[in-house]
Amino acid sequence: MYEEVILSHYRNPHNKGTVSAPTSSVHKSNPLCGDSITLSIVESDGIITDIAFEGEGCVISTAAASLLTDYAKGKKKEDLMKLDASFIIDLLGIELGATRLKCALLPLEALQVVCNSL
Amino acid sequence: MHNIKSDFPIFEHLPNLVYLDSTATALKPRVVIEKLTEYYTQYSANIYRGLYRISEKATQEFEAVREHTARFINAKPNEVIFTRNTTEAINLIAYSLGRSIIQEGDEIVTTIMEHHANFVPWQQLAFENGVDLKVVDIDDEGNLQSLDTVITKRTKLLALTAISNVLGTINPIKDIVKKARTLNPEIIIILDAAQAVPHMKLDVIALDCDFIAFSSHKMCGPTGVGVLWGKQELLQQMPPFLFGGEMISEVSLEKTTFQNPPQRFEAGTPAIGEVIAFGAALSYLESIGMDTIRAHERQLTRYALERLDQQFGDDIRVFGPQNEEDRAGIVAFRFRTVHPHDVAQILDQSQVAVRAGHHCAMPLHKRLQVPATTRASFYVYTTEEDIEKFIKALQNVKEVLCTRK
Ligand SMILES: Cc1ncc(COP(=O)(O)O)c(C=O)c1O
Repeated sequence: MYEEVILSHYRNPHNKGTVSAPTSSVHKSNPLCGDSITLSIVESDGIITDIAFEGEGCVISTAAASLLTDYAKGKKKEDLMKLDASFIIDLLGIELGATRLKCALLPLEALQVVCNSL
Repeated sequence: MHNIKSDFPIFEHLPNLVYLDSTATALKPRVVIEKLTEYYTQYSANIYRGLYRISEKATQEFEAVREHTARFINAKPNEVIFTRNTTEAINLIAYSLGRSIIQEGDEIVTTIMEHHANFVPWQQLAFENGVDLKVVDIDDEGNLQSLDTVITKRTKLLALTAISNVLGTINPIKDIVKKARTLNPEIIIILDAAQAVPHMKLDVIALDCDFIAFSSHKMCGPTGVGVLWGKQELLQQMPPFLFGGEMISEVSLEKTTFQNPPQRFEAGTPAIGEVIAFGAALSYLESIGMDTIRAHERQLTRYALERLDQQFGDDIRVFGPQNEEDRAGIVAFRFRTVHPHDVAQILDQSQVAVRAGHHCAMPLHKRLQVPATTRASFYVYTTEEDIEKFIKALQNVKEVLCTRK
C-alpha cells in the first residue's frame, strides 16, 4: 500500500495550502479517525481554475487529496460531480480495505460538496 | 506467567500474531470456547421455566455464574445483573434510575477521560432534563484533577471510570468516593470498571460505589455479556428499563407487577451460553490470580515505556502517567507527525495488532489536542518478546515514512 508514488505525494503534496480569492471552500471531517480537510477552489464559467487543500491526514487521504486536486484543475464542475469511489481507487492505484477507503474518499466528498455549493 | 499463549487457540492459527489490542477486546482461552460448545452441544435449552432436565441444567449453570460473578467482586448474587455489555449496563442506570430521580436544579458530574459509553448517556440525560453536566478535567500527566470544587450538594450523580482506556490512568477511586460522600452524602456514584475488573482485584464493598459496570469480552469471556452490579436498596427502588418476558411477576389486562432485582432488569432471553462460558473465564483468571495479572502487566508497562523511550526518545510522545504504578497496561502515543492510521497499518504488516483513532474518547482527544492516537495494550498473554516485535515494527514506520528517499 505504501508505494513510492503514494509516499511521494504524502511527503510533498501538490496543491497544499489555500488559493487566493476562493470562489468557495468547505471543511469536511471523517468521524472515524478525526481527519479533516479544508478544500478551497476558484471557479469560472463552470470550470475549476484553481484548487488547494489543507488539513491533517494520513498517507492515503493526503495522497488522494494531492492527486485529486491535480486532476480537478481545469475540469468542468459537472464532470467532477460524476466521479466515484472506483475513480479514486484507480487514481491511487492501490488496494484499499473498507476502513482505509473512507480515508481515500474524504477529499472527493469535500470536492463534490464544494462543487455542489456553486 | 508461563506459556500462557498455549491456552489461547488463536495462536495455533496465527503463531506470529502480536495482539496488542486487549483494551478493545481480549482473546479467548480454550476453556471458555469449550464451555460455550458444552452448552450448545449438551444442554442448549432456555432457562427458568423448563421442567425438563436440560433446561434445569442450563438454569443451574447460568445462576452459578451469577454467584461466581458476585464472589469475583465481593458482592451478593441478587445484586448482579447480566446485560449485553458495559454500555448497556450504564444506559440501564441512566434510563431507569437517572430518568426517575433527576430534577431541575440537579447536577451530573463526569470526567474528561470517559469512554463515550460513560459520557454520552449522562450528557443526554442532562440535555433532556435541562440540568448541568460538569466535567472534571485532567492535569498534564493525565491524572484527574480534584473533585472538591466540582461536587456540591446539588450533584445527584457522579459517573467516572476506574481506569482510562486511553491514558491508562488508574484513578484513586476509594479516595474519590470517600471525598464525594463527605461533600454530598446523598450522591450516587457509578463506576465504569470495564478496564479495571479484567486487570486487577476489585472489591465493591471496599470501594463503596453504588453501581459498577464491566464487560465479559474484555476479560477473556464471550461477547454479548456485561455485568451491572448495584447496591440492593437502590436496585429495589428502580423501575424496569426493558419490559417483556422473564422480568414480570404477574400480568393481567389491567396491570403488571415486576420481579425483584436482578430479574426485574433482565427482560427476554439472555445470552445463556455466553454467560455460562463467562463463568469459565472467571475461573481462568482466578487460576492465574488477579494480583499476578496486575503484577505482570505492571512489569510489561514499565518495560514498554523504557524501551520506547530508549529506542525513539523525542520521536514518540506517550500520553498518561509516566510511572507504571499509576497506570494500567495501556500505552497510547503519537509517533512524530505520522498519522496514527499509518502507524497501525504499517505495524499490521508485521502482524502487530494495535488500534488507531480516538478510542471512543473524543472529548479526551480534544483535551490532549490531537485528533487521534495509536494505542498498544497488554493482557495475560502479552510477553516482552511481543513488545520487542512491536518496537521493531515501529522502527519500520520510521523507515517507511520518515526517511526521505
Ligand atoms: C473504559 C471503557 N468503558 C466502556 C467501554 C465499553 O465497553 P462495551 O463496548 O463492552 O460496552 C469500554 C470499551 O472499550 C471501555 O474501555
